[in-house]
Amino acid sequence: MAETHLSPRNIPDRLEGRGARLLKSWESLLLVVACLIFLGNSLASPYFLDPWNLSDATFNFTEKAMIAFAMALVIISGEIDLSVASIIALASTAMGYAVQLGFDTPALVVVGLSVGLACGVVNGLLITGLGLPSIVVTIGTMSLFRGLSFIILGDQAFTGYPDSFAWFGQGYVWWVFSFEFTMFVVLAVVYGVVLHKTNFGRAVYAIGNNQTAALFSGIRVNRVKFTLFLLTGLMAGLASICLTSRLGSTRPSIALGWELEVVTMVVLGGVSILGGSGTIPGVVLAALIMGMVTFGFGLLNVPGIVMSIFIGLLLISVIALPILWRRARRRLAH
Amino acid sequence: MAKLLKNRELLLVGAILVLVALIAWRFPPFVAPANLARVYNDTSILIILALGQMAVILTRCIDLSMAANLALSGMVAAMLNAAFPGLPIPVIIISAMALGAILGMINGALVWKLDIPPIVVTLGTLTIYRGLIFLLTNGKWINAHQMSDAFKSFPRADLAGIPVLSWLSVVMVAAMFLVMSRTPLGRAFFAVGGNPHAAVYTGIDVGRTRFFAYCLSGTLAGLSGYLWVSRYAVAYVDIAAGFELDIIAACVIGGISIAGGIGSVPGAVLGALFLGVIKNALPVINISPFAQMAISGMVIITAVAVNARAERRKGRVILKKAEAV
Repeated sequence: MAETHLSPRNIPDRLEGRGARLLKSWESLLLVVACLIFLGNSLASPYFLDPWNLSDATFNFTEKAMIAFAMALVIISGEIDLSVASIIALASTAMGYAVQLGFDTPALVVVGLSVGLACGVVNGLLITGLGLPSIVVTIGTMSLFRGLSFIILGDQAFTGYPDSFAWFGQGYVWWVFSFEFTMFVVLAVVYGVVLHKTNFGRAVYAIGNNQTAALFSGIRVNRVKFTLFLLTGLMAGLASICLTSRLGSTRPSIALGWELEVVTMVVLGGVSILGGSGTIPGVVLAALIMGMVTFGFGLLNVPGIVMSIFIGLLLISVIALPILWRRARRRLAH
Repeated sequence: MAKLLKNRELLLVGAILVLVALIAWRFPPFVAPANLARVYNDTSILIILALGQMAVILTRCIDLSMAANLALSGMVAAMLNAAFPGLPIPVIIISAMALGAILGMINGALVWKLDIPPIVVTLGTLTIYRGLIFLLTNGKWINAHQMSDAFKSFPRADLAGIPVLSWLSVVMVAAMFLVMSRTPLGRAFFAVGGNPHAAVYTGIDVGRTRFFAYCLSGTLAGLSGYLWVSRYAVAYVDIAAGFELDIIAACVIGGISIAGGIGSVPGAVLGALFLGVIKNALPVINISPFAQMAISGMVIITAVAVNARAERRKGRVILKKAEAV
């Protein structure tokens, strides 16, 4: 609104080619950043390039990334889900409770996934059924879900998970590829296909760009949104299984603050927080960047809270820089 | 419209009275005037913070960094006191408020000048501000024995039978009431949230108004920082962690619409009191304090559902959907 004067607009006589667009995209910038960080890490620490070390590094982000894929869809559709970390806590508590009742690994997986799904149903019903704003609803359920696990656990912890359960968080599918990393790759492909190659994915973009127009063009807006909240719930359940299995214990404060990291990952991946744009490859790259940065800092003995400053700065600057860049270019054009 | 708003606050007063009556039925001493004054005193900081958050939410923004701002300003206040025990309390309070205002200005400037969505800005600054405390202190605590007596006793000092802390919150409520209803800035908050486009045409700078809303919330967070640290006589990285959600909850319960433009000072105060009563009542009626989180979650969801229904009855809004997009 600051610049009201009219400027002659350069109308290009042809669209940019596919390659040029790809080069200028957010994803290629992320790729460059990822490569630089990779390079920096391998120079900074001689242990970084070891395959097992790299495999360990993936544990930093795989669980969050699983949720980030579903969250990307939710944010593209113009909503947000801040309750994911609390769903992890509740699902983990339920699994711990099931262990006390003597259930074994397959049952635990079912419990974890179905609690996640149930939480997603609660969010979805409140948001689409009652038409409430998702940010407030999920702030409420964030408190509610974690609150429930506080009621169940108090200051106690559930431990004693069966040995076979440890595979999800600590096991390897083949060589250095852990179950979590394999899941991350599979889910990346699945979500990429769903978002970019199916009607459902197109509907998600349509809703995020203009909900009313989407409704009038025959998209069942509420059904799509409901499905999206089911998906974040389910993914949080899955992440809960992996995290609980990796830690081997459940406290009510498990995964505290993860919702912010997941949202940061999604936004860093180029998904507009206002909805309507973003890609899965972007989110994958953002996950790799955040994972490598935190792991690299870890190797250099940087405390966790300093990493969170860095993540916060990253979040703001990745959004601010393109805006400043665009402004600077416009000023130069004059 | 005015009648409806009044109704909502009356509803909330009714809900609080019912709640207090229920508690009194289980535990009569709870309603003793001295205890009620204690409950109010305990809620004072939340009230002050809710007032700041209200101004921000009214302009269609949100401030998730308030608790982190509180912790950082509180820590700096404590460090000032530990380093210069002779420093008069008003100087410490003013520097805490000034630091809070600067932190709020950073939020506001990012929202105003760079057009970054408020939720992203304050998510980012939340982690940054809290991280800064760690950088400042290396994770060390500042304990009661490092603070001067004047520093610790100021909010507890008795003035006409009521602690200074309570008086401060009363003064803040009165001041905010005047600002919101009698100054151009206060009216601009409502105008910007009600309809930003219309606000522009009436000559209100939307970005600048939001900037001032963040300054206000930051200043109040800074003040609360000193109050929090001196009241609990300890400062560390994680003080008031997660409190930002309580502040937003107080606002939502108080009928402040997250979509902006709707809300009132009494609403924010009552919303905070509602949470304060629950928090103080749980231990005396033998409910585990661990239940508090789940209860506030339920209350937030209920309140937003009730408010949404009240807003829907607003009547003729032509092209509301189109405007929302």
